[in-house]
Amino acid sequence: MGKTLFDKVWDSHVVDQLKDGPDILYIDKHLIHEVTSPQAFSTLNDKDIPVFRPQQILATVDHNVPTLNQHLPIKDELSRNQVAKLRNNCEKHDIELYGLGHPHQGIVHVIGPELGITQPGMTMVCGDSHTSTHGAFGSIAFGIGTSQVAQVFASQCLLVSKPKSMRIIVDGELKKGVHPKDVILHIIAQLGTDSGTGYFVEYAGEVFENMSMEGRMTVCNMSIEMGARGGMIAPDQTTYNYIEGREFAPSQAEWQQKLKYWKSLPSDPDASFDKEYHFDAAEISPMITYGTNPGMGIGIQEQIPSSKNESFKKSLEYMGFKQGDTLNNLPINYVFIGSCTNSRIEDFRVASDYIKGKKKAENVNALIVPGSQQVAKQIQDEGLSVIFEEAGFMIRQPGCSACLAMNDDKIPAGEYCVSTSNRNFEGRQGPGSRTILASPLTAVAAAIEGKIVDITQL
Amino acid sequence: MEKFTRLEQTAIPLDIENVDTDQIIPARFLKSTDRVGFGKNLFRDWRYDKNDKPIADFVLNNPTFAGPILVAGNNFGCGSSREHAAWALTDYGFKVVISSFFADIFKGNALNNGLLPIQVSDSQLQKIFKAITKNSNCEFIIDLMGQYIEVPSIGLHIDFEINSYKKTCLINGYDDIDYLISNRHKIEEFERKRNA
Repeated sequence: MGKTLFDKVWDSHVVDQLKDGPDILYIDKHLIHEVTSPQAFSTLNDKDIPVFRPQQILATVDHNVPTLNQHLPIKDELSRNQVAKLRNNCEKHDIELYGLGHPHQGIVHVIGPELGITQPGMTMVCGDSHTSTHGAFGSIAFGIGTSQVAQVFASQCLLVSKPKSMRIIVDGELKKGVHPKDVILHIIAQLGTDSGTGYFVEYAGEVFENMSMEGRMTVCNMSIEMGARGGMIAPDQTTYNYIEGREFAPSQAEWQQKLKYWKSLPSDPDASFDKEYHFDAAEISPMITYGTNPGMGIGIQEQIPSSKNESFKKSLEYMGFKQGDTLNNLPINYVFIGSCTNSRIEDFRVASDYIKGKKKAENVNALIVPGSQQVAKQIQDEGLSVIFEEAGFMIRQPGCSACLAMNDDKIPAGEYCVSTSNRNFEGRQGPGSRTILASPLTAVAAAIEGKIVDITQL
Repeated sequence: MEKFTRLEQTAIPLDIENVDTDQIIPARFLKSTDRVGFGKNLFRDWRYDKNDKPIADFVLNNPTFAGPILVAGNNFGCGSSREHAAWALTDYGFKVVISSFFADIFKGNALNNGLLPIQVSDSQLQKIFKAITKNSNCEFIIDLMGQYIEVPSIGLHIDFEINSYKKTCLINGYDDIDYLISNRHKIEEFERKRNA
């Protein structure tokens, strides 16, 4: 029987198998940031052990950093301390750090791909659940806890049981105005937030084959929101074109050798999956969420469903919605375009295309937070910044920002925020904040109109 | 890691589904560089109002319920990979979480911190909720060696599954990191072969 993409990558990274236990899985790249690494470094210090393979680790700062005045010392003492700790730890253990002010700094899941570090067939981990993003390149990439960060520091390996496999196929053609974010929100709404737990997902079918790398990253990024440890898409010409010429991409002879390997990775035609789902692209509409988990999503024209479940009712109560409501035309005061889900250059191109010549509604605070210094530079160089500024959007410096509100970028209690991020959990964007997840296009349309609108109906 | 073998204690019911790690410990409390002290902010925004006053109807503020066992709704620990969620639960004093389903990363983090996640069926979970609500003093026996839960007051006996490697780690207080370091020769051999 044939092997899946996931099998091929996993099996080639197994160092050893424990009887009735997990595998020792070799990790090619380990990405770290300021929030989930300090305790892992402490573990090494306590045990007096060195970092085993420092050259396979890359560090950046993203979660808690301010998005204004990054050239100044960080005002918040605890954040400043965390960032300083990371710098000291990286110096001590000889780990490359793209800190504030570095031209490569940015959200860890934005910089890995854009620097050509993320490549097909790799195993990658990071102390962040959205590490699944990198699976867009056909790599096995997943989020880990801090104890595991310490394990990778100490051994470049993890003890993990091989997950089951799931394939999600979306065939057909997407309607105009329907974006990759809508595709993944649709899938999660249909399958539920815990449907992927214990599985690694492969996304396949025409929709993903025709999708840009940025779009594939958005889809794989949210795999964790259905509980899956990761999601992957088979590498193809789109993947190779994206990687070629990037700073850490292989070149010349090495490129040819790698390319040969990458082309061997897609799932064999006779490979089988533990679970498989099919969707029709034509049935996907622009999506928004109405509740407090990413599975609570509907098409913008649709009504909030009914349920007797107490947790469901609690969720609607928090959001201030009722069963049967539609959110089309709901007034909103905040729009956030950013996060590891949607802060790549393509997202801002889509946003600026729509905004050009328009102004944001007066009541709306609209925040543009590029995913990296490189994206910020592209926004400038391509003239998008002028469009955003003329429309009244605030452009900030790179970081995770209002996605998780660890810095000053918070949504006030009770306010609705149409957000391109990945989680609408209670208080995620600040205590009492109410998050409505959407694509960058739906988000900018909401900023211009001052309310939620269905872009396909304008 | 602290060893875990057996426990005879009472439990606290948290009958909410999809409890995400942002609820267990909100991101704004992740700025500490230690592993201790997160318990005071466990379930912060459900436990305290915006003036830091305890919210009376949240279960951790209800003196009727106490104990090191948390019984929670389906899909507990979804969302962020923050191990701070496991640290907050253990720092508060929890040693066991019972649910009908756990998110993957949370489950791994719990096991790496001596916090035992026990998965039961939906109907068993409902029985357990009922038993605690009816009698908050009802005792639970959690036996890791024998892999079972018992609630004698309602005559409930549930066998649970756990990976045998993880069971050994919990019983002996072993960390994965020690095991991995002891296998470095195999890891180096693997690296040599793939670079050859």
